[in-house]
Amino acid sequence: MLKSLRLFALLLVFSAAASAFTLEEFQFDSPGQEAEFRELISKLRCLVCQNESLEGSQADLAQDLREEVYGMMREGKSKEEILVFLTDRYGDFVLYDPPLKPSTYVLWFGPFVLIGIAAFFMVRSLVRSRAGPPSSLSESEQERLQQLLDTPPGGEDKPL
Amino acid sequence: MTEATNKKSSTLRFLVPLIIFGALAGLLLYGLGQDPREVPSPLIGKAAPEFKLPDLLDPSRSVSNADLDGKISLVNVWASWCGACRAEHGMLMELSRRKDIQLIGLNWKDDQADATQVIRMSGNPYQLIAFDPDNNSGIDWGVYGAPETFVVDRNGIIRHKHIGPIDPEVWQQTLEPIIAKLQREQPDPTSNPVR
Repeated sequence: MLKSLRLFALLLVFSAAASAFTLEEFQFDSPGQEAEFRELISKLRCLVCQNESLEGSQADLAQDLREEVYGMMREGKSKEEILVFLTDRYGDFVLYDPPLKPSTYVLWFGPFVLIGIAAFFMVRSLVRSRAGPPSSLSESEQERLQQLLDTPPGGEDKPL
Repeated sequence: MTEATNKKSSTLRFLVPLIIFGALAGLLLYGLGQDPREVPSPLIGKAAPEFKLPDLLDPSRSVSNADLDGKISLVNVWASWCGACRAEHGMLMELSRRKDIQLIGLNWKDDQADATQVIRMSGNPYQLIAFDPDNNSGIDWGVYGAPETFVVDRNGIIRHKHIGPIDPEVWQQTLEPIIAKLQREQPDPTSNPVR
């Protein structure tokens, strides 16, 4: 509580007009830490605006969550710990990448399964068309066809 | 190939794409009916998050998990800046007459004077109002907008979350049946939710 109040005061000092959102209000020890923070908030969804990440959103709630993420990072929490903290509260929806688990198997593997099925049918129909259309001639027609094919071009009585 | 199998395969050729199309259309239609703004709460079936906040109207008193014990509660997230909350206020006033449930307010990201004003002007449906201007507890409850309403059972377990205002239809079709079910459940003396 006290910590977040202090953080809030700090943020007030740094966000002069607070009209536009910039990351300048957050202070980092190193460029690496800033990169990590940016990476984290770009993976997280703003729940109010839904199709924006925490990195891009101007929403008030997104600001709260950015502060929360920032605070946890300053406490030395790992990336995984922070993601778990948020998914415990907001569910997997807060993540842009859905986690791999039985309920999301269809999402992850569905497209590949569909492509596989389509490829199977395409290959099968290609193989079939190469083999030629199935014969639907009767036996006598078949014989006659064979005779015609056996006959060399240029007439019946001319030997080769 | 006999004529019968020939006929069968041509029917199949016609039916299979139709079935696939029907299934896809059904799936997409189902998706259309879903509200993408309703994010399901992962807290359902779990103990209400630990919280301790000052009461909006009497800051010397605090509101905490202990206030949820032994009663079926509706924890209603609201704010004076939220129009839909104003729309649901009348319904909450009506519900506040019921003796079998208690209404606990969670005044979220609000200004104390504005919030107090709303209560003074349009009545107070709540037994207690936890005041959370900085979203300290809201985050733990997974709140992402107002109004939101959590149904908490006698053991302090969150059983349902409703997103958006409660109107008579929501009440009759969704919330009342859940509460009636919770009424029938005997309070479990051995259950002590881990917090």
